[in-house]
Amino acid sequence: MRISVQWLQEWLQIDETPEALGHRLTMAGLELDAVEPAAPDFSGVRVGHVLSVEPHPDADRLRVCRVEAGEAEPLTIVCGAPNVHEGMRAPVAVIGAVLPGDFRIKRSKLRGVASEGMLCSARELGLSEDAAGLLALPATLEAGQDLREALALDDTILEVDLTPNRADCLGMRGIARECSALLDRPLQAPAASVVGVASAAGVAVDVRDPEACPLYAARVLEGLDAQAATPLWMTERLRRAGVRPLSAIVDVTNYVMLELGQPLHAFDAGRTGDPIVVRRAEKGESLTLLGGDQTVKLSPQDVVIASAEGPLALAGVMGGAASAVDDATTRVILECAHFTPRALAGRARAHGLHTDASHRFERGVDPTLVPQAMERATQLLLEICGGQCGPVEQVGETPSSHGESAITLRPSRVQRLLGVTLQATEVERILRALDCQVTTTDEGWSVHAPRARFDLEREEDLIEELARVHGYDALPQTLPKPVAPATPDAGLRSLRTGLARQGFHEIISFSFVAREAAQAFYPDVEPLALANPISSDLAVMRPGLWPGLVTTAAYNQARQQSDLRLFEHGLRFVPDASGLRQEARLAGLIGGRAHPEFWQGAARELDFFDAKGVVEGLCARVGGRLGFCAERHPALHDGQSARVLVDDQAIGWVGRLHPSLCERFDVDPVYLFDLDAVAVVRAPVAQFAPLSPYPSIRRDLALVVSESVAAGDVLAAIDELNLGLVQDVRLFDVYQGKGLNPGEKSLALGLILRAFDRTLGEQDVAGVTDAVVRHLQTRFNATLRQ
Amino acid sequence: MPSLFCFGNRKRGACKAAARTRGPLPCRRTGGRGGPYQSGEVVEQLQQLVAEARERVEGATDLKALDEVRVHYLGKKGALTAQLKELGKLPAEERPAAGQKVNEAKTEVAGLIESRKEALAQSALAEQLAGEQVDVTLPGRRQADGALHPITQTLERIETFFAGLGFRVAEGPEVEDDFHNFEALNIPEHHPARAMHDTFYFDAHRVLRTHTSPVQIRTMEQERPPLRVIAPGRVYRCDSDLTHSPMFHQVEGLCVDTDITFADLRGVLSAFLQAFFDRDDLATRFRPSYFPFTEPSAEVDIQCVHCGGDGCRVCSHTGWLEVMGCGMVHPNVLGHVGIDAEQYTGFAFGLGVERMAMLRHGVNDLRLFFDNDIRFIGQFGQTG
Repeated sequence: MRISVQWLQEWLQIDETPEALGHRLTMAGLELDAVEPAAPDFSGVRVGHVLSVEPHPDADRLRVCRVEAGEAEPLTIVCGAPNVHEGMRAPVAVIGAVLPGDFRIKRSKLRGVASEGMLCSARELGLSEDAAGLLALPATLEAGQDLREALALDDTILEVDLTPNRADCLGMRGIARECSALLDRPLQAPAASVVGVASAAGVAVDVRDPEACPLYAARVLEGLDAQAATPLWMTERLRRAGVRPLSAIVDVTNYVMLELGQPLHAFDAGRTGDPIVVRRAEKGESLTLLGGDQTVKLSPQDVVIASAEGPLALAGVMGGAASAVDDATTRVILECAHFTPRALAGRARAHGLHTDASHRFERGVDPTLVPQAMERATQLLLEICGGQCGPVEQVGETPSSHGESAITLRPSRVQRLLGVTLQATEVERILRALDCQVTTTDEGWSVHAPRARFDLEREEDLIEELARVHGYDALPQTLPKPVAPATPDAGLRSLRTGLARQGFHEIISFSFVAREAAQAFYPDVEPLALANPISSDLAVMRPGLWPGLVTTAAYNQARQQSDLRLFEHGLRFVPDASGLRQEARLAGLIGGRAHPEFWQGAARELDFFDAKGVVEGLCARVGGRLGFCAERHPALHDGQSARVLVDDQAIGWVGRLHPSLCERFDVDPVYLFDLDAVAVVRAPVAQFAPLSPYPSIRRDLALVVSESVAAGDVLAAIDELNLGLVQDVRLFDVYQGKGLNPGEKSLALGLILRAFDRTLGEQDVAGVTDAVVRHLQTRFNATLRQ
Repeated sequence: MPSLFCFGNRKRGACKAAARTRGPLPCRRTGGRGGPYQSGEVVEQLQQLVAEARERVEGATDLKALDEVRVHYLGKKGALTAQLKELGKLPAEERPAAGQKVNEAKTEVAGLIESRKEALAQSALAEQLAGEQVDVTLPGRRQADGALHPITQTLERIETFFAGLGFRVAEGPEVEDDFHNFEALNIPEHHPARAMHDTFYFDAHRVLRTHTSPVQIRTMEQERPPLRVIAPGRVYRCDSDLTHSPMFHQVEGLCVDTDITFADLRGVLSAFLQAFFDRDDLATRFRPSYFPFTEPSAEVDIQCVHCGGDGCRVCSHTGWLEVMGCGMVHPNVLGHVGIDAEQYTGFAFGLGVERMAMLRHGVNDLRLFFDNDIRFIGQFGQTG
């Protein structure tokens, strides 16, 4: 909402600077966006009266004008504007004038003819973008008058951002009311006028949906001159409010909307038919909107103004092209109605529209304004366009000035909510200044809110008004009573920090990915798709975190950053029969070299076992038995892919990205892991186990097994034996080749033996080793390597 | 070389002096009593041997050579050992004194060897150390640096502050139902506020949460006051340009008890903002605003952290930066979860984590947070 301070001063006295007024509004919840002058700085521009226009002797497009500008003699001015004509009044910048942009007007010669100034367009004065011709000024202005004075340009515009609850401030009347309350200064509302009815012309109105439209008023105006010029004061106010002047009839409806907040619409009466019907649209109906560029398909959720032939306008949103007024219009039906926010909510948006009218109706327009706005618009139309008006046809009652239900306001509740007691006189002053009806009761006050305030429904709403006008910053500040501190979840924090210490960068990637990416990684999941994605790259909810990690790896590799350790924590979205699973995952990616480049020796490339090592580290505290079992995953390399298990429960995956996906996503080889974040974070409290005071003994065994035997199975088999003396088993070498038969491999195991009650002897060691060798022989046909 | 002999703290020449004074004295004493010729011969021989040994000890440049010297003089067939054997040729009364002389000479030579040995060990060590010298200015060997995402760090900072005031972290689903995201928060269908939310939706009832406020509702559905929770997490809006990301992070806070006031809200948020920006004197201001789920509602501005309130590009020359939205929980919201609004009052607040991180770390482009360039993330160290 753009507020002209000059215009506001018609409603109440303003002593404050525009900045101070703007600040006061901001601190009352009407946030000031900008303060700007109504016109940029310029000087030396006067009202010029063009006395004659002669062709330029040497240029076809230039004219030589004699212009009365308040000097002793008329000025000779060379002008190229197409609309310059004898008798017109237009701004003239005299010698010495300074136009916006520090453009100084000097005596000059144009194609040999001396010019003593410049006739100006609106754009040259910074008043609008209109550069088509000279700014035509009304004939009523006196030649030679300073233009700033003549147009009252020394005005300031406050641009205010209104929250959706303050539709009452979408007109000067509401803004003035608000300022009156904030500045504690009386409101001087301009007297409402009633125009005498001079014609019998009328129109019948049939409101078929009174719930959507409880009040509809229409009247016929005849004998209008649609081409009459809108008076300068009005176009100036429209311009300053950011509304483009179009034609007198439309300008008047817009002006009244800006003044009072009530949208109006003018139909060309010759194109509407009689009666006018207010109803829900029928399925299959459509309407070509004003301007003729857009046709909308209507649904029964839309409210329309219709004739017998069909819809004329989308009620409260926009008129139709077919019934629009134009230069030839002489009879109009002026509509002034109340549409309820409920009926209009979302309708404009449903058609991709947003208009000044829909913006107001959706938020709530004061229904008591209907008669007043109708009279005001009629008065202005007759003044500007001439003609006579017929009687008002109104369907529905004009409601009382204030809401019927009383809101109880208790001082105790004010204290409960704000933490401070406000003086009764202050409470009453504020509420009355906001146009509430206030009576004192045993409990406190009984309040009736003005109809313009759709946001005042209950006690809390009134308390907000009190706090707002009183000033939030004038209220106290306290702390709630202290309670024991909460303990943040340490598990996830320590895992994250641990990864960062291992050189991992944490990433945050979008939770939505391209459908193709989701399917490439997780072909078995039908991903949850957005109905209104922002782009096809962000169309479905990710079934896992790998697409984001791989895309991020590609992004970084493309920027010469190939040594990567990345992780992300976040939800995956997996639709299944029972609904949608939204599960927290901890996933990562590694690729490139195992260590940063160093001046000694070359760093090896990361491989599967680096990734597995990270997973082992992350799972070190889960408290269950960690296992890895070779299993294929569609996104992973067939031979380097494992399911991660804790106590035989699958909690994730680790493996190398499938080469075909490497190619598709343009990444160098990388290794991935993905873990159930809840499972890995769940670490039991560490429990003490006694330490043996006796030394351990290590015995190394080299066992030959078939190459198909998994090392993990061998280790698990030793574990199965449950030999109390075996403290640890270390697999320290895997060998294939010379000295072994093809298809065989040798596993070198180090058994760490220790007892809690004695130092072990050779006999203990032999016993354990024999048991292990025998068991592995039975299970895997293992033999000791010779 | 005497300097090698006297390695360590002893004064140069002190050993030699001791040997000299110890040597001749007993000789004169015994020499006075026994056959001067024979015992004198022994003494002379011993002196010669010792002098010769001293020279050879000093000439030994490694332990092996030194050991050869030892064997030569002190070994079973060594020169000094041989002197002992020669004693038998002396008259019986001279033997003890001469024997003592020989032993003294042996002790002296053994001492010389020991000292030399020590000196050689020291010099060998010094040589070893010299050989093992490194260029300490060469880069150290270390694991690559990693870092937590600045958004995570900012979230943790916020969580830590509120934990101190008893606010527990609560979480909720990101694919949310219409009821929790809107209805229960007093935003009925077609409310203008819904249009402001630019919602991503899946079907008629499911949306991507547009704020973490639904976690308030889920918390209150399950727990009764007193409540103090914050809900950090990802939120989504169907909007993407220079200053809007379709996904970003919010922290929502909720405090409900029998005696919570707007004054408490102001106190808590002012303290938080001062702590977050490490500025005890950071000015804050509360402006009335509108949220369907709070009444009264406010927006919180802080004094611009870039210009200190003088006005700059960052604060659009207002001197203030809008950082939070807040208010007293709307009675309708309490009503939706069956909490008696007459008995309980509460406040709620919400903030955009990216904005807080941008202000704190001087990040000038929102999109950097989601590009995940490791050069960007790496700038935030592990605890920054």
